[in-house]
Amino acid sequence: MLSYILRRIVATLPVMAIVALFVFSLLYIAPGDPAVVIAGDQASPEDVERIRQSLGLDRPFLVQFGSWVWRILHGDLGTSIFTNLPVSAMIGQRLGPTLSLMVVTLLLTIVVAVPLGVVAAWKAGSLIDRVIMGFAVFGFSLPVFVVGYMLAYIFALELEWLPVQGYTPLAQGFWPWLENLILPAIALGCVYIALVARITRAAMLEVLQQDYIRTAKAKGLGQGGILFIHALKNAAVPIVTVIGIGIALLIGGAVVTESVFAIPGLGRLTIDAILRRDYPVIQGIVLLFSFVYVLVNLMIDVVYTLVDPRIRY
Amino acid sequence: MSQDLLRIDDLHVAFSTRRGMVEAVRGVTLTVKAGEMLGLVGESGSGKSVTGFATTRLLDAAGRVTAGKILFRGQDVTKLRGDDLRQLQGAAMSMIFQNPRAALNPIRAIGLQIADAILTHKRISKQAARAEALELLRAVQIRDPEQRMNAYPHELSGGMCQRVMIAIAISCNPALLIADEPTTGLDVTTQKVVMDLLADIAAARGMATILITHDLGLAARYCRRIAVMERGRIVEEASPNTLFSAPRHAYTRRLVAASPTATSRIEDLVTEEERERYTAVLGKPRPTLAHGTPPLLEVRKLAKRFDQGSAAVADFSMTMASGESVGLVGESGSGKSTTSRMICRLIDPSEGDIVFDGQSIGHVASRDFHRSPLRKNIQMVFQDPNESLNPRFTAFDCIAHPLMRLDGMRAGEALRQRVEECAQRAGLPLDLLPRFPHQLSGGQKARVGIARAIACRPRLLVLDEPTAALDVSVQAVVLQLLDRLRRENDIALLFVSHDLNVVRMLCDRTIVLRNGGIVEQGESRALFENPKTDYTRKLVEAIPHIEAGPALVAAL
Repeated sequence: MLSYILRRIVATLPVMAIVALFVFSLLYIAPGDPAVVIAGDQASPEDVERIRQSLGLDRPFLVQFGSWVWRILHGDLGTSIFTNLPVSAMIGQRLGPTLSLMVVTLLLTIVVAVPLGVVAAWKAGSLIDRVIMGFAVFGFSLPVFVVGYMLAYIFALELEWLPVQGYTPLAQGFWPWLENLILPAIALGCVYIALVARITRAAMLEVLQQDYIRTAKAKGLGQGGILFIHALKNAAVPIVTVIGIGIALLIGGAVVTESVFAIPGLGRLTIDAILRRDYPVIQGIVLLFSFVYVLVNLMIDVVYTLVDPRIRY
Repeated sequence: MSQDLLRIDDLHVAFSTRRGMVEAVRGVTLTVKAGEMLGLVGESGSGKSVTGFATTRLLDAAGRVTAGKILFRGQDVTKLRGDDLRQLQGAAMSMIFQNPRAALNPIRAIGLQIADAILTHKRISKQAARAEALELLRAVQIRDPEQRMNAYPHELSGGMCQRVMIAIAISCNPALLIADEPTTGLDVTTQKVVMDLLADIAAARGMATILITHDLGLAARYCRRIAVMERGRIVEEASPNTLFSAPRHAYTRRLVAASPTATSRIEDLVTEEERERYTAVLGKPRPTLAHGTPPLLEVRKLAKRFDQGSAAVADFSMTMASGESVGLVGESGSGKSTTSRMICRLIDPSEGDIVFDGQSIGHVASRDFHRSPLRKNIQMVFQDPNESLNPRFTAFDCIAHPLMRLDGMRAGEALRQRVEECAQRAGLPLDLLPRFPHQLSGGQKARVGIARAIACRPRLLVLDEPTAALDVSVQAVVLQLLDRLRRENDIALLFVSHDLNVVRMLCDRTIVLRNGGIVEQGESRALFENPKTDYTRKLVEAIPHIEAGPALVAAL
């Protein structure tokens, strides 16, 4: 098992290298000269040239890439062109809110979507099934910001049950923390819940037709035992897969959600960095998200082996 | 009547389909006494399994009992609900199924799966249930039961999986066990071992058993009473002897005639549609080969090793002449399918050579063989006609495809004529050509598979269990068709099968394989009458013969 995980980690190295190369190339692919941006509108061509040299932007591509990778491997993500703060420190400050939002959304999704999918598959064709799948289509079609503003309007402004905007760190108490995250998590989770519920239903329907489910019935097992002991675990591989893929959705959605609910997270940092063409920050964030995504995929592979003894490692 | 354990009274079961309600069972009446083993025999679609599922209340959601009663110990099973029903299922009445590997949960250790059944019906601790499960594994004669408790179904053979199913089924000492095709798909020898075990256990525990099967020979061997079903009705009920010596109903007569016995010949398997064409061919003399004619196929010291582990096939040599039929028999894992696939050039041999018509083809990589001009000379008919036809291709497309790929024909009148000619040779009615596989019956699909294989006029046809998925009456037709094609077109047949009755009838020569090596070979009739090795003898003895009727298993 341990050697399997190690081998999987080694296998992610080329992926990370390609991601790093891509992220670094952003600087060259993207329009606009960072040196000009930093220098500002009033700067003379000499000023721009001086800045370019001080940042090392005049050196050959591969040399720049090499020294960049070297620094990253030492934990140095560079310095923001705009704030002059280390990028790692800037990301560190914003990590908490985004991580909180993603974890709460993930848990909410699993707790809501999987049972919904199971019930829909169990009662396939019935009214309950149609209502759940109708909701799923609805969840797919609504953009995050629409749901976000709607939720904020109804539950925060009109009913005043929950705060409209903002973020409170977990250190200041569990409820204040959670209170601020409920609406964003629902808004962000909508698409995700719809997706996972649909896949859960499809996977369960497939499994419920298998011979071993009939065997379980022949043994006299109750509905609960059949659904949760025999069926759900067999349906788990596609469900876990889609939950993992969904993390990518969350990353994209978090950027929008944080803007709507004024959460000072990585999403906001990303938008600010893009607007300012703050390349070191953009690079740092994209690299971090890619790393998280690769890590999630690694975790999914490990979960597969726990769920299904036929998958060998 | 009161001593009847089960009494099914005028049972009707219907399924709702897109085309409305379809009646699968139309008025079945039968009784089972305590401790008795009843055979329920019929072909696919006869409603025998549906009757079983209705009795154990395991019908699909689409199926419904529309009339009739199923009285189990005087209680109408069809009216039970909720807990009353669950107390019955798996406890007083249990079931084992076809395809045991699929019937077990693939990701749950078998010990737990047995314990599940025990814990559902008995209020005992998990440890006690585990101990009982272990005892049951011993009862079904699984070796090293302690270790097997933690095994998963994919780590066990098909026969072992069926033993585990039996262990689950008997875990709560049911009064009635319904076995639905319990040995279909298992090897002949495994079949016998599993059925013997089932019969012994049933006898020892006084369990009544309904054996649902399409195999008359099997039912005759183990049951004292056999009910024959056709199109949802029971057409005849008698002892095996009466059934075979004096079948009364026309359907039973057909079924008995189509079931191969130790002495039957292909021409005996009466089927009206093929008979005339077949007997016409039989009359013609076989062209005798001039002495010294090089063989059509020569296989020299063929071996196949997969990535890790021992050789799947080792040192396999054989020759075949034009128009000859050779049977390749053995249990699963004996390497017969691997060998046939190497000869078809679907997989690459690790060692040895294959010479076809004087040309060495063993070293042409299998992935390039489709470009070889010899590809059309060697064709294959696959095991399951349901799985081996592309569901999006019509019968016409299936047959036309090789003609276009290998004979370079273009869509048009000439192609249509060739396809129709192939269909006719394979006995496929031309009006079926525009249909998709799901609109065809099993026998019709088998014909499409054969028509496709003979489309390019091959000289060697490799058949991998071509009749294993077919009913006996369809099997009879397909066998006659194959033998007629061989005689008409001088096609050599390499017939891979575990059904020795079929091999004996169809093949001039037989090769017996075990663990990847040849155990014995020779002229079929002689080989089966006087097997030289113990292994072949065991195989031959395991064939459920209809003659076995009088020699009922002693335990019963």
